[in-house]
Amino acid sequence: MKRIIHIALAIIVAAVLAVPAPVARAEALVVSAAASLTTAFKDIEPAFKAAHPGVDVVMNFASSGVLYRQIERGAPADVYASANPKWMQKAVKSGFVSGDAVKIFAHNVLVLAVPAGNPAGVKTLSDLTDNGVKRIGIGTPETVPAGQYAESALTAMGMYARLKPRFIFCETVRQVLDYLSRDEVDCGFVYRTDTVKAGDKVVIIQEISLEKPVTYPIAVLKESAVSNLAQLFVDFVTGSEGMILLEAQGFKRP
Amino acid sequence: MDLLKPGLPLWLTLKIAGLATAAALILGVAMAYILTRRRFPGRDVVDALCTLPLVMPPTVLGYYLLVFIGRRGILGQWLQETLGITLMFSWQGATVAATVVAFPLVFKSARAALEGVSKQYEDAARTLGQNEWAVFLRVSFPLAFRGVLAGAMLAFARAMGEFGATLMIAGNLPGRTQTLSLAVYSAVQAGDDGLANALVVVISLVCLVILVSTSRLLKPNF
Repeated sequence: MKRIIHIALAIIVAAVLAVPAPVARAEALVVSAAASLTTAFKDIEPAFKAAHPGVDVVMNFASSGVLYRQIERGAPADVYASANPKWMQKAVKSGFVSGDAVKIFAHNVLVLAVPAGNPAGVKTLSDLTDNGVKRIGIGTPETVPAGQYAESALTAMGMYARLKPRFIFCETVRQVLDYLSRDEVDCGFVYRTDTVKAGDKVVIIQEISLEKPVTYPIAVLKESAVSNLAQLFVDFVTGSEGMILLEAQGFKRP
Repeated sequence: MDLLKPGLPLWLTLKIAGLATAAALILGVAMAYILTRRRFPGRDVVDALCTLPLVMPPTVLGYYLLVFIGRRGILGQWLQETLGITLMFSWQGATVAATVVAFPLVFKSARAALEGVSKQYEDAARTLGQNEWAVFLRVSFPLAFRGVLAGAMLAFARAMGEFGATLMIAGNLPGRTQTLSLAVYSAVQAGDDGLANALVVVISLVCLVILVSTSRLLKPNF
């Protein structure tokens, strides 16, 4: 019996050692991008690959705050694109990005949206305090820029604290969109570009006027092992081809 | 460091895990009893279906539940229209998710324990004029009790650690549906390492207490 266990253990150890560890190849480029850029960057990826054959691009989508935490904890990323200047400034301050490497590449608009058919009958932002509105989708302001923009707009209107019990906090702006298209929330705060993706399942009620517009900065990380390649990607996004693909998804030029 | 901060998620976690274990216990033992004592076509398929939540990824379960008990789901729509209940984004929804993941652990150990109960004892009770309920409650269940208890402890631990399906059904709403495992996730995401440390210590201590008390309870006392 003991011998069988030893043999089994030996086989397991050999198998584990035989599996090649996933070593990052020299030509692999990791792009950490805000969740709201998902659709646009998935369009940019094949276009960039076509322009630069042989380059392997890995897209890493999450909320901008979570992406920053990943970088802070040493995750390998070469390009960082966030949905607000706040997290990029943090990356500059902490020394992950040099200040003059940061480029603003797009603007977006925060909107109040409802599921098709508008079951709760939301007509304007001020309707959110009505008793018929029970669930409001919003990104977690601590990590999701769309939630942070919504929080500051609602705070300025003196509504945030009152609405807090109705908020359904989401991990990314795309989760808010998903709950909207599944009719699980009565309304939610997303970007205009997100509603383009959801088609006729999600309807915009109102654009939210913000003190500072929704701004997307992009930069190459200092620690990048493939910084030349990373710079090529940033140039591609900020160049004419990238701009056309971004505009196709509803983003505005800076 | 605010010591009260881990308190609310801890209380919510214990409430959800406790109720989920109770529900899984009733459903799991009943299902195990039916499957060990009754023969019917498709028994193996039912057994496999009852075990499925144990092997499936929690996100898959979460998706099934979302489609099933969501506002547009078959059961969810019925619940809302007839009873006015919505399970989405509520601790009740989290309890449903925890029950589903905890169920197979009770079911599997109860089935094994009930199969170990000799039919002769049950028949002896029947010859003494006991009805089927009494046979189960006074003979089969007491004899299978230790196995069922071990399953229930595992189920409680599993329900406490539930993350994926809960996140999809109940969301991660502080003070409402944020359990300990979700609170750890949020604290790490937000870079609040102090809170994460406190929560991790709390979870580890609770799990240790459960393990020690289980082994005490299960120790042979003869």
